[in-house]
Amino acid sequence: MSENAITCREMVELMSDYLDGALPAPERVRFETHLAGCTGCANALDQLRTTIRVAADLREERLADEQRELLRAVFRDWRRGG
Amino acid sequence: MDLVDGLRPAMLRIARMYVSSVAVAEEVVQDAWVGVLRGLDGFEGRSSLRTWILRILVNVAKTRGVREGRSVPFASLAGDDLDRPSWDPSAFLGPEAEWAGHWSTFPPSWATIPEDRLLSAETRRLVASAIEALPPMQAEVIRLRDVLGWSSEEVRNALDLSETNQRVLLHRARAKVRQALAPYLERAT
Repeated sequence: MSENAITCREMVELMSDYLDGALPAPERVRFETHLAGCTGCANALDQLRTTIRVAADLREERLADEQRELLRAVFRDWRRGG
Repeated sequence: MDLVDGLRPAMLRIARMYVSSVAVAEEVVQDAWVGVLRGLDGFEGRSSLRTWILRILVNVAKTRGVREGRSVPFASLAGDDLDRPSWDPSAFLGPEAEWAGHWSTFPPSWATIPEDRLLSAETRRLVASAIEALPPMQAEVIRLRDVLGWSSEEVRNALDLSETNQRVLLHRARAKVRQALAPYLERAT
């Protein structure tokens, strides 16, 4: 193991910044070097990516709720003969 | 109209961080819109409109909070767990091991989880409640960044955060949401 290699424990603390493109160049190179040879960190990074993707889904749900609410309101008006 | 309605929930939550009640937060949102209309001529487009509006809101809310005699220290909004490890420390080999700090067992791959499980109502419910449970500023940063898809610069400007604080808050928030999802997603079907 080389002197300045990053451990997996350190890797997980850098993953959010890595995904945001916020790691400075030298650190990003060390991060990617480690990542290329580490299944555990590749899995951990994928978990974080998935978490972010799933979080983005909440937005659609909220929009869907609003659509449903709108439909309900339109339906109520229609039944009232409006 | 869309902008007004779309921003309203975020405006209310953010205002509520700085003032004493939902009722006062509602007033702050009203006042902020007045400020927006007054200042619209001076809006130079250096930031996005939604960012600029939230920034006005934050300023109005902070001023109102001070007038209420509330001082809300940043730490109480940001949470006191920012330095906490984002992964269970027992997942890594201890200092006595030759490969100290490396995984003791690899975290499982989520790549094989079926899409309908990832997109299930239960997954969304878990994410929503994990976000609810976060300290307010962590919750707001992850909502704006990951749920609504704003850029880091927009979020930083809107919430009046330094670049470092934005990054650290988001990192912490994402880590906790991931932790909350893991038991459900990794459970055998």
